[in-house]
Amino acid sequence: MAISNEEVAAVARLARLGLDPEDIPGYAAQLSGILAFVARLNEVDTSAIEPLAHPLDLHARLREDAVTESDQRDAFQTHAPAVEAGLYLVPKVIE
Amino acid sequence: MQWETVIGLEIHAQLATRSKIFSGASTAYGAEPNTQACAVDLGLPGVLPVVNREAITMAVRFGLAIDAQIAPLSVFARKNYFYPDLPKGYQISQYEDPIVARGRIDIDTEQGAKTINITRAHLEEDAGKSLHEDFHGATGIDLNRAGTPLLEIVSEPEMRSAQEAASYMREIHRLVRYLGICDGNMQEGSFRCDANVSVRPVGQAEFGTRAEIKNLNSFRFIERAIEYEVERQIDLIESGGKVVQETRLYDPDKDETRSLRSKEDAHDYRYFPDPDLLPVAVTQADIDAVRASLPELPRQKIARFVTELGLGREEATTLANDAEVAAYFERAVAVHPASARQVANWVMGELFAALNRDNLAISASPIKAEDLGRLVERVTDGTLSGKLGKQVFQSMWTSGRDADAIIEAEGLRQVSDTTLIEVAVREVLAANADQVEQFRAGKDKVLGFLVGQVMKKTGGKANPALVNELIRTEIAR
Repeated sequence: MAISNEEVAAVARLARLGLDPEDIPGYAAQLSGILAFVARLNEVDTSAIEPLAHPLDLHARLREDAVTESDQRDAFQTHAPAVEAGLYLVPKVIE
Repeated sequence: MQWETVIGLEIHAQLATRSKIFSGASTAYGAEPNTQACAVDLGLPGVLPVVNREAITMAVRFGLAIDAQIAPLSVFARKNYFYPDLPKGYQISQYEDPIVARGRIDIDTEQGAKTINITRAHLEEDAGKSLHEDFHGATGIDLNRAGTPLLEIVSEPEMRSAQEAASYMREIHRLVRYLGICDGNMQEGSFRCDANVSVRPVGQAEFGTRAEIKNLNSFRFIERAIEYEVERQIDLIESGGKVVQETRLYDPDKDETRSLRSKEDAHDYRYFPDPDLLPVAVTQADIDAVRASLPELPRQKIARFVTELGLGREEATTLANDAEVAAYFERAVAVHPASARQVANWVMGELFAALNRDNLAISASPIKAEDLGRLVERVTDGTLSGKLGKQVFQSMWTSGRDADAIIEAEGLRQVSDTTLIEVAVREVLAANADQVEQFRAGKDKVLGFLVGQVMKKTGGKANPALVNELIRTEIAR
């Protein structure tokens, strides 16, 4: 299965990765190689096998519904580039 | 051409847990921005989500109430998209294996009851809130809501009118509140709805192209938005255009829907199972325990109020609509089971009026349910006239004392002693000879005047039926 340059650009855009246009053909070739390798699995008959949601054969441990976290806003916000009135500030997003 | 409307709804019900779905931060509404957003909610590196047991239990409660299948193993998946109020870059949701699937609920329509199938209900986390007011050209992000548990309830496209859609929304709203899994507060966004709307020529089997309308946070808006959208689609098709699949936003001020310019590829969510979370197991024992704790459901309660208590359907629906009102009514009826209808009238009449006037929830009523039941009993057993009953009610409302205490203290007991009333009747008749003559001459209306005079003389305490009778006998004598 070959990945086109357009698909690489689209996935990069969704993931918000900035790619140098010159690098795109290289990534397309590498990603196609990875998919070709994984595609060998298609040769195995998996019709009787249940899809695996997690490699560990375990179930989730649940926690009780209790508030255990205290307010650490000031500590968290020391990492933020910009804050105001308790809010994290980000570049304007327009719907 | 005749058109048929096809509607499916996605309802987001915020689950009433104390803490978030994957972290121990509080879900309380209205806190200072970001004071309830912990490291997990912020998506800081190295944190791991841990599932809140109560969120699972609540989803199972809902599933059982709609007669659905509960998945023995359900899987959390990552829904990837970019938006600043989603700090991880993905929302943890459920995709291929939701916890609840294939349920159904009955709704009321103009043509009677109708069953709507519910495709699925899955658990997911809410995102934060973006504040677009001007912060020097920036957007402010409050992540208190991030990680709040939501149950997304997806119906089959089986509703055929805006009214049916609103009725379905009401039914789900009532149900989640009865189950105690969601407070249903639409102003605070605890219960929100998106509608998928399309039209097709009557008789056509395939669905038309649908538009998704967002931001429907009231029963009124959902009807108006769908009506507008249906008209828009029909006009578009009939004038030679084509409906495009898109997301539209309802603007209640302009009463219209408009296209939400969606970013390219916005719907390529690239779901995959979240490697941070193991599948969640729900055992038969878990299901049995939840089933044993289910309350009587709204439609069962309405039916019982009608058949066992003799209420009219409308009264029964009004009282059963809210679980707390229903519980109050039932406690009051338990005191005086012989007169359920009268108790219903007092709850919907005097009590609702007083609650409205003082802007109180029924849980804050100064009159306890049992005391209201006793008051109604005092009216039906003749101790109090209806008018005195209302007076005692007001006195109970302001003092918090019970009816019997007030009747004793204020001497309000209705007088049913014939000799006492007879004295008053004779005095009134003697003083109103003209009216007595008119009554003899056949002017029946004068009777009311005479009864009124006797009531006045006895301070409103005489039994009016008895007064009526005694006046007639006295005049006929």
